[in-house]
Amino acid sequence: MKAWHFSENAYPYLPPAEEYESIRVSLPNRIYDPKKGAALYDRYIDEWLVAEDEGVEIMLNEHHQTATCVDPAAPLVLAALARLTKTARLLILGNPVANRRQPVRVAEEMAMVDVLSKGRLECGFVRGVPYEVLPANSNPVRMNERQWEAIDLIVRAWTSHDGPVSHEGQFFHHRNINIWPRPYQQPHPPIWVSTTTPGGAGRVGARGYVQATFLTGYRGTPAIYESYRKGWREAGRGHDVPVNRLAYAALVYAGESEAEAR
Amino acid sequence: MISIAGVELETFERGHGAPILYLHGGAGIAVDVPFIDLLARERRIIAPSHPGFGKSSLPDWLDSVDDIAHIYLELMDRLGLTRTDVVGLSIGGWIAADLATKVPERLERLVLIGPVGVKTGPPDRLDVPDVFAMSQDKLDQLRFHDPAKNALDLASMPEEELHILARNRETVALLTWEPYMHDPKLKHRLHRVNVPTLFLRGASDGIICAEYLERYAALIPQARTETIAEAGHLPQVEQPSATAVKVLRFLQAARAAEASGARS
Repeated sequence: MKAWHFSENAYPYLPPAEEYESIRVSLPNRIYDPKKGAALYDRYIDEWLVAEDEGVEIMLNEHHQTATCVDPAAPLVLAALARLTKTARLLILGNPVANRRQPVRVAEEMAMVDVLSKGRLECGFVRGVPYEVLPANSNPVRMNERQWEAIDLIVRAWTSHDGPVSHEGQFFHHRNINIWPRPYQQPHPPIWVSTTTPGGAGRVGARGYVQATFLTGYRGTPAIYESYRKGWREAGRGHDVPVNRLAYAALVYAGESEAEAR
Repeated sequence: MISIAGVELETFERGHGAPILYLHGGAGIAVDVPFIDLLARERRIIAPSHPGFGKSSLPDWLDSVDDIAHIYLELMDRLGLTRTDVVGLSIGGWIAADLATKVPERLERLVLIGPVGVKTGPPDRLDVPDVFAMSQDKLDQLRFHDPAKNALDLASMPEEELHILARNRETVALLTWEPYMHDPKLKHRLHRVNVPTLFLRGASDGIICAEYLERYAALIPQARTETIAEAGHLPQVEQPSATAVKVLRFLQAARAAEASGARS
């Protein structure tokens, strides 16, 4: 089992909560001080480096137009970490591919990070939370279908090595797919897909990708993992699902005593 | 149900007489309401639930107003509507306007009530407020003259109606998300609409402003605009009688003129 250090790159210097309507999407960016923001990037990147020193892997994510996560382009930070770290696995969880207009561009960015880090990328794909559709102006309907077409297209871009291939699907069109660089890891970096419902997990299991979930607790998580296992087995991957296929982000509260933490 | 191109179309009919193809707005269709009753007293009302609304199905390939207009071209053929009046409300007004550019010769007259579908304002300002980025309270304030009287009571709504309501909203998002509430091509095609056209809006409509309606109407050669007092974006709900009177008077004027023409 592996442990990952995750930081949302939050911007904490906010006015009193009653002075604004929402911390997300509509919070004016005049509140953001770029100098404080630069110091925060230094701090968060330093924290990831400490994690690596302690033998913990690195995980980052992206959100948009929010003070809770000032990392709207996670591949950029990932590229910096690829050069600043030496050994840690680098997990991006993930690329909001239903909200990105060019899956092939995402394939290029991820292949580049994989090469820069000499094969340490763990590439996650997420559908994105509802408030992400406004920053992306992305249609909230049929996101699941769009996400899967994008993931399959990205894998195809990563694994096609004999000159241009084409894709004419429901949501994406590319006549000339021939990415440079191609991924460092072969046939491609490990893929993670997040879901919080059993409905999505079967499909992840069928493809054998890592199933990530969170906020589903003792009640919800077993159903998601069981759906994953069912998909895995029905796709003929064998009976037993390796434990490293199932990831969970647990919320942990720290305190001097159990009462304080609770 | 009428089956067209993979769409199972729920279609209502009321009344007798010369046909009106009635294209509902984003909230879907309720046929047993005063406005439809008033229209159906004098006319035959044909009212489909758009694909993805009510109990009409939504195939994977369908995602635009243009797609729906093509479904209705076939519906008109199936029902023998060689010439018909068309009344469209809000997004149904967009479908009606699109349909009218495709087959102007099949229309008698056109009524658009609080229609969306074009963008006439500058790039740095929304023509239509972002209905997907506001609370239900705020939306009700914009779309009703009297929000307190008209706001939906979701808590007391039966499960089946709630399901339809949620599905209707999802389909509105699918159709109108981007470009938001318009087809950039439509305004360059409206010159084809060569029939008398009435644009109506509620005087208190916070979704479709008076300026938008005027600019939209200016794109159709024989168009004029009228306002319904003490009504918002759904004048057929807040002022069913006044709205029905305006619609029927406008549509009957054509028939009266035709009849007198035949006599002379």
